[in-house]
Amino acid sequence: MTIRAKAFTYGDDINTDYIISGKYKFKSADMEAMAVHAMEDLDPHYYEKVKPSGGFLVAGKNFGMGSSREQAPLVLIHSSTKAVLAKSFARIFYRNAINTGLPVVECDTDLIADGDELDLDLEGGVLKNLTQGTEIPFAPLPPVMAQLLADGGLVEHFKKHGGFAV
Amino acid sequence: MSTIPGKTIAEKILSAHSGTDAHAGDIVVADVDFVMGQDGTTPLAIRALENMGVDRVFDPAKVAVVMDHSSPSPIEGVSALHTMMREFGKKTGAKVYDVGCGVCHQLIPEAGHVVPGDLMVGCDSHTCTYGAVNVFSTGVGSTDGAAAMASGKLWFKVPDTMKVTYTGELQPGVFSKDLILALAGQIGVDGATYMALELGGPVIDALSVDARMTISNMAIEVGAKAGLMRADEKTLAWYEGRGERTPAPVDPDADAVYAEELTLDASVIGPQIAKPHAVDNVSPIEEVAGTPIAQGYIGTCTNGRLEDLKIAADILRGRTVHPDVRLIVAPASKQILLDAMEAGYIRDLVEAGAVLVTPGCGPCVGTHNGVPSDGENVISTANRNFKGRMGNSNAFIYLGSPATVAASVIEGAITDPRKYFTASAASAHEGSAR
Repeated sequence: MTIRAKAFTYGDDINTDYIISGKYKFKSADMEAMAVHAMEDLDPHYYEKVKPSGGFLVAGKNFGMGSSREQAPLVLIHSSTKAVLAKSFARIFYRNAINTGLPVVECDTDLIADGDELDLDLEGGVLKNLTQGTEIPFAPLPPVMAQLLADGGLVEHFKKHGGFAV
Repeated sequence: MSTIPGKTIAEKILSAHSGTDAHAGDIVVADVDFVMGQDGTTPLAIRALENMGVDRVFDPAKVAVVMDHSSPSPIEGVSALHTMMREFGKKTGAKVYDVGCGVCHQLIPEAGHVVPGDLMVGCDSHTCTYGAVNVFSTGVGSTDGAAAMASGKLWFKVPDTMKVTYTGELQPGVFSKDLILALAGQIGVDGATYMALELGGPVIDALSVDARMTISNMAIEVGAKAGLMRADEKTLAWYEGRGERTPAPVDPDADAVYAEELTLDASVIGPQIAKPHAVDNVSPIEEVAGTPIAQGYIGTCTNGRLEDLKIAADILRGRTVHPDVRLIVAPASKQILLDAMEAGYIRDLVEAGAVLVTPGCGPCVGTHNGVPSDGENVISTANRNFKGRMGNSNAFIYLGSPATVAASVIEGAITDPRKYFTASAASAHEGSAR
């Protein structure tokens, strides 16, 4: 399956408070309602820009640093963010993204400009920048994570195997 | 002849809990000794358990949920989440720490739920706090937490370890908070991503367990998975009377292999301030002294312990919080509140003008108890100063030690606390106070 969407670019060290502020995350467990506040403190228009036709969130190093809130990948999913592309990820966010089914891709995001049209083939390991006519290499997921994702996330993995089978 | 490389604390604990000979880079499935969630993360873990079709926890004595981040509830949405947690406790037998018990990261070690040598996970990034008592503890998300609650197991990548040694001697007026802020300033917010820290040296040895927890608490602020320290006689003394379990301290091998080694000379570290809006945006206090402040906050899983309240009370006793400043104090647990009342610290702080709020996270996470106004500067003992962290993205958060916050709220501006720690200051104040 390939995903085609537009890139929305941001900087380094984007923390989970920016992805979804603590003042919203405690209000409810309704991710659809919370998603309108995704990335709000960095870009108040993120939701309205991405939601209609989906998009790739493209960032620099250490994306998702800070708190362990799983609301962070969840509000991105509910804002129609198709994947996060970054130079590197903070470890808790990286695990949470895989567990909740948000694809994360570690690659050289300097090769992507805001508004570029991208085409991502996760299984095939190919990322194309259609606007610039380039192909961007990326590292495959660690095997244990690839397996969890293949099973449809950690919950589905547990249902299928009755526990960890990695 | 082959040589078997020695192991770090992280490698030893993960080996022992997975029944494997684990080295950095290996993936292991390990048994966890305890699983914790708080009110911002447990509801999603409960939902994940439901989705897994699991209606119990692997061992009710090894699971706890804590209402601390938004507690007592300020709005009906949170009230519903708290109700969900209480019902989960009734259904599964998991321990419920209800409103007013305190911050999860104080309660879990305080109750003796974890002991040296343990492996535990918590649905909160500051779970790394118990590294200070030789527990490999790390923050996970709600779905990982749910998997651990269901099975008593979780998969881990065995981390590389960065060894950090503090040499020299801590100067008067300088505290463990300053040591960890100095490290964050030096290596940055991703300086130890995917790694465990092993923190030691004569300066760490000389610190109390309370003060050590401040350092391990902030391991995540440099991206680390754990902030481990050795268990010594102070650690073991701290555990006396805390539950039934027997500590099994884990030391690193003398020939352990470290990915990086770093030495910081504590003798040359003064009070440090993390400026808005990043924890590694650190300056010596001299560079920001005089910055006006509207609110001070003493508390959190970083600095809400008895020793922290004592340090603040010793400065504020017989003095007054500046009329343009609000000082909010949240003890990290009910036990700390009781001990601080007994010792007179609460009276000292409240008489000086502090506002006491419920043991718990207080205003740290922006849900209640003191959201700053637009344009206001806050000086706080917390661990994060991200834009919007305290509930207003137009406010500015500065982080420092309890002594720095106490000194600053008196002046109404960021103030070097060392003036309260000179020999003459101590003797002059002794005469004026009770």
